[in-house]
Amino acid sequence: MDLRVPEQEKAFREEVRTFLEESLTPEIREAGKMVTSVFAPVKEAMAWQKILNQKGWAAPHWPKEYGGTGWSVTQRAIFAEELVRAETPPLVPMGLHMCGPCLIGCGTEEQQNEYLPKILNGEHFWCQGYSEPGSGSDLASLKTFAEKDGDDYIINGTKIWTTYAHYANKMFALVRTNKDGKPQQGITFLLLDMDLPGITIEPIVGLDEVTEQCQVFFDNVRVPQANRVGAENDGWTVAKYLLTFERGGQEYAPGLNVQLEKIRLMAEKQQTVQGPMSQDPLWQHKFASVSADVLALEFTEMRIKSALSAGKDPGALSSMTKILGTELLQKVTELRIDTLGAQAAIWQPQALVPGAEQPVIGPEYALTAMPHYLNSRACSIYGGSNEVQRGIIAKAVLGL
Amino acid sequence: MNFQLSEEQQMLADSAKRFVRDNHDVEKHRQNKKLMPLDEATWAQFAELGWLAVPFAEEHGGLGMGPLETMVLLQELGEGLIMAPYIATVVLGGGFLRHASEAQQAETIPSLLEGGLQLAFAAEEYERVFTLENTAMKGDVQGGDVVLNGTKACVLNGDHADQLIVLARTAGQPGDKDGLSLFLVDANAEGIERIPHRTVDGRQGAEIRFSNVTVAEAARIGELDQGYDIARAVLLEGLLALSAECAGSLAVLLRDTVEYSKTRKQFGLPIGKFQALQFRMADMFIAMEQTRSLLMAATMKLAEGHDDAAKAVHAMKAQLGRAGRKIGQEAIQIHGGMGMTDELNVGHFVKRLTAVDGLFGNADVHLMEMARSA
Ligand SMILES: Cc1cc2nc3c(=O)[nH]c(=O)nc-3n(C[C@H](O)[C@H](O)[C@H](O)COP(=O)(O)OP(=O)(O)OC[C@H]3O[C@@H](n4cnc5c(N)ncnc54)[C@H](O)[C@@H]3O)c2cc1C
Repeated sequence: MDLRVPEQEKAFREEVRTFLEESLTPEIREAGKMVTSVFAPVKEAMAWQKILNQKGWAAPHWPKEYGGTGWSVTQRAIFAEELVRAETPPLVPMGLHMCGPCLIGCGTEEQQNEYLPKILNGEHFWCQGYSEPGSGSDLASLKTFAEKDGDDYIINGTKIWTTYAHYANKMFALVRTNKDGKPQQGITFLLLDMDLPGITIEPIVGLDEVTEQCQVFFDNVRVPQANRVGAENDGWTVAKYLLTFERGGQEYAPGLNVQLEKIRLMAEKQQTVQGPMSQDPLWQHKFASVSADVLALEFTEMRIKSALSAGKDPGALSSMTKILGTELLQKVTELRIDTLGAQAAIWQPQALVPGAEQPVIGPEYALTAMPHYLNSRACSIYGGSNEVQRGIIAKAVLGL
Repeated sequence: MNFQLSEEQQMLADSAKRFVRDNHDVEKHRQNKKLMPLDEATWAQFAELGWLAVPFAEEHGGLGMGPLETMVLLQELGEGLIMAPYIATVVLGGGFLRHASEAQQAETIPSLLEGGLQLAFAAEEYERVFTLENTAMKGDVQGGDVVLNGTKACVLNGDHADQLIVLARTAGQPGDKDGLSLFLVDANAEGIERIPHRTVDGRQGAEIRFSNVTVAEAARIGELDQGYDIARAVLLEGLLALSAECAGSLAVLLRDTVEYSKTRKQFGLPIGKFQALQFRMADMFIAMEQTRSLLMAATMKLAEGHDDAAKAVHAMKAQLGRAGRKIGQEAIQIHGGMGMTDELNVGHFVKRLTAVDGLFGNADVHLMEMARSA
């Protein structure tokens, strides 16, 4: 066991830093600072993806032959940390982190050739069509039906909570192709165009008054069978493969550390009658308590990465980091509004739009606190709710 | 001991319940959020129903009621998420007017009762953790006049108020209870600039900037440098009113969540059948009942003038903040994706509770205040 950083890793970190310093435009930086979600403003995120792609760094986690970087686990972690530290807007994950790896693992060669380059360069913007109004945690109960007709499937039904469906031109979807037998066994994984006749998209307004999610309706939508990934009725296997990428390999600690540092600076500005809040023992206790949890998570994540680089499967451990990461993110956003008091309640979403000329009311550092607090309530719900993750640990790890 | 409502209090509760049932739902709330200034018709109805008169003395045309009635009324209104500036104008504003001079009262109370005058208490400041004695805004005494300079933040109803009650420091340093003074100032007086903004719970407030605003001696409420005690007494009533309103919101969140968990099915069962969720809803219930108990403790102690009334109010506001967090967060989580939408009740109540926790000192501030009060 050893925490010292080898020289070549230091050099790599320097290389990444220099690149970021040189290639981040003011617009992209500003958008990164305004982020109140796991999703960034789309225009700037896509512009940033283009820049990264030109450098060959848009998908470091992909195998090199498909456009990845061939970096070690450690290098990827350093890269991810530096992105977070520079507050770059996070890239939209549906193509790069979900659909792409899934096609690499389960797609045909034609599918890989057709889609992977366009995922990398942003030409294809993907959304994930899994959840339905009646099927959330129990995804296998989904009902959207795809009926075979010649070389096509004809789809009827509806998907909900589809993030960024209103920006997407592609969807990867789970549909039912067989109503008999075990629910998991009649599901098929399909790729489809969002502009097909019969698709309607209805935006959903969130707590923060922003639209990230949509409901998507399918009325006799025709999709070629060639767009199927994996075998018919075997979509659950494909989806589970994808899920290991959606949940696994996520890192929360670097972002949490950046947030904590911001909160500490805010607490220096807030005056109590005894001096700055950062000197108040009650605040210090709360801050230290969250910081200790984040430090523990940082090392939990490192242990998982170390196991990964030794070729081990993290298995149910990804459930643990999902629970810890999301709940700590929620705690951190909570500590932030608590540090700000009434100032956090000033509501000015229009000032969050990148490039807005709107003057900010109140301290500028308070602007994103409340929207972020509200938005972060969702992270313990999506990607398999934390109740479901706890169930996985109970079953798979503890054998209950 | 008697925890029953009197006949009069029950009537007040019933009329508020009816009002909420007939006039308010999420759709109405969403429409109201878009209104700037707020729904005038609702305010006129409040006047007609006599609610604006609740805490005023009978000789001023009021109903001569006290904290108990305010609690009863606001708990009901809280269930409807009604946005009218009742606390700013009637509870806080009216509270200060009770300490005002006869001339000030004669000039304001009649039109307030008719619904023609709105008030706002300008107390919070940017980058200052709220306690009354932490006030920094300057009032320079120049002969009989005082000249106000500085900025007040997040002033509830500050955009719409006709008159402001301004808390300023005429002597001493932040931290001193001595040296605070209160002024009743025309909101459109020369030197005042108001920057209206929404608040996260869909209400309206304002940043209010004072540059060389001269106020005459007649505009002062109470003695020079001795405003603390008045401000504290009124603030305690304001905290009570806010908490009463939010206790109503807690009830709705719990009710809606339990109801949803009985109808939403996953894995072939209503999710309310999962013990993991049952225990949490049981804890939500406990947190709500504890809040109600502290609300009653604070209300009765304040109404009866007990020595430890202030302590009970701090305990209540702290509990409200903590229960609001817990109940609000659980309500969203148990509603799943639906809980994150603007469409359901849940989010709107959660935002109200979150905003109120931050207002006039959050849970941490009030726990400290509680620890300090004798
Ligand atoms: C912001 C956001 C973005 C999303 N993006 C997408 C997307 O892009 N594509 C997509 O397909 N979906 C997306 N989703 C949907 C998401 O995956 C679902 O919300 C999630 O699976 C939960 O389903 P549900 O909302 O129907 O809640 P439900 O399944 O109805 O759950 C309600 C509550 O019951 C609990 N519960 C359910 N079953 C159990 C159990 N057995 N034991 C204990 N507790 C239980 C849940 O944990 C939750 O607290 C998104 C959701 C959100 C909030």
